[in-house]
Amino acid sequence: MSRPTLLALQVLVAVVGIVLWQVLSTVPVFGKILLPPFFFSNPLDVFSQIVKWFSSGVIWKHLGITLTESILAFVIGSAGGVLVGFWFARQPLVAAVFDPYVKMVNALPRVVLAPIFALWLGLGIWSKVALGVTLVFFIVFFNVYQGVKEVSRTVLDNGRMLGMSERQLMRHVYWPSALSWMFSSLHTSVGFAVVGAVVGEYLGSAAGLGYLIQQAEGVFDVAGVFAGMFVLSAFVILIDFGVTLVERRLLVWRPTVDGRG
Amino acid sequence: MSTPTAVALEDAKVAFRLGDGRVYTAVEKAHLTVAQGEFVAIVGPTGCGKSTLLNVAAGLLKPAAGNVRIFDRPLAGLNRDAGYLFQADALFPWKTALDNVAIGLEVQGTPRAEALSRAQQWLTSVGLGAFAGRYPHMLSGGQRKRVALAQVLIRDPKILLMDEPFGPLDAQTRQVMGNLLLDLWSADRKAVLFVTHDLEEAIALADRVVIMSAGPSSRIIGDWRVSLPRPRDIFEVRLDKEFHELHREIWGVLKDEVMKGYAQSTHAAEAV
Repeated sequence: MSRPTLLALQVLVAVVGIVLWQVLSTVPVFGKILLPPFFFSNPLDVFSQIVKWFSSGVIWKHLGITLTESILAFVIGSAGGVLVGFWFARQPLVAAVFDPYVKMVNALPRVVLAPIFALWLGLGIWSKVALGVTLVFFIVFFNVYQGVKEVSRTVLDNGRMLGMSERQLMRHVYWPSALSWMFSSLHTSVGFAVVGAVVGEYLGSAAGLGYLIQQAEGVFDVAGVFAGMFVLSAFVILIDFGVTLVERRLLVWRPTVDGRG
Repeated sequence: MSTPTAVALEDAKVAFRLGDGRVYTAVEKAHLTVAQGEFVAIVGPTGCGKSTLLNVAAGLLKPAAGNVRIFDRPLAGLNRDAGYLFQADALFPWKTALDNVAIGLEVQGTPRAEALSRAQQWLTSVGLGAFAGRYPHMLSGGQRKRVALAQVLIRDPKILLMDEPFGPLDAQTRQVMGNLLLDLWSADRKAVLFVTHDLEEAIALADRVVIMSAGPSSRIIGDWRVSLPRPRDIFEVRLDKEFHELHREIWGVLKDEVMKGYAQSTHAAEAV
């Protein structure tokens, strides 16, 4: 399918969805409105709410806060994941000892940690960053651990036969291998950084997109909730696009999935 | 004897401990020497421990018994005089062809600019001068082998160990690679230990062909000198009368081992 056709069809889905929503929430069908405005609002209200946020400029502050929290969570979580992943992979004993605890902490639904972080770190950005870190850390950790462990035996032997010392093996073999695994999970980990930030805000904060949604919900402002959701998804799509660009730059050496290079 | 011995395996035995605690002896009492400047090919049926023997010479594997001497000194740890060409793809997938070739010099401390310019020369001499910026996955199997060859040779090892290096390639590419190898080798005649399952390839390339018996506990059961004149052309040499006589003679011995090896591997499969 050609690109323009695909794009046209994708836009068509959005248009049909929005038109249906608008019609069903304003025009009675058999004397009854199928989507009561109290629960479903309608696209026009949602749109005007978004416009109001942007024209008054109030949204920028919230977006900025959520973005800061996401970036911090991503950076800190990734750095920790890389370090610990490397350490565990190179020290099997340490990995074996900590294995049950790692599994235990990872099995814990992270939302229950939010109140604790709020207690420890207050209602500012750091409790949200901490929540995001717990999510990002494990994804990066598992990938780096796997990446270091699954370095091809032949490539390693080749490095040795080419005269590499342990440090040079680290730099030229283990490190790039681990990074490639980390980057392959970049979309997931960046996504989770945002999830951590927004959920944290939702559960208790004074600013951010999660706060905006939670506030609207508190006064049954359904249009506000939907507006917040739309802004949030646009925000995530933009970030995801940025990640794709970074990935393309960093993983040029990797064959694409369809094998065409 | 005037030419020094590059590689000497003296009664080398290689054994592995299996998962269930039993000990599997791969190679028994292997006695093999490669003189400086000599091209020796090891041929044997599948699973006879040819590659194992090569890994012992490389220092990647320690023999359970016996000695390994490299230039008359006992080998401890990795064999620093040897370059190893692997059967599987061993290039660093995250490095370009140029960086893959240069890395052997860089880890020795050669300045990067110099390493790169010499790597470019090596790529040119294996016929890939125009492919320096390609990553391994953008190269064909034969091209990857050329890069691997340059990667090993740029360090100028005194000994070249090759483990069925052209095994995964198609027949024509193998012959082209064989000729390229002979060309490069004739420049400075390193000691070569070349493992293959292809008897024709072995005779066409080598000064000596060594035959191993079927595993387990395989031994060296034959050693033939190939006196075909050099420089050789892999395509032409196969038409030579002497080539055919030698081939018939060696194959007479090798055939039984190949059948044995085949029978054993099918038995093993049935037992599992």
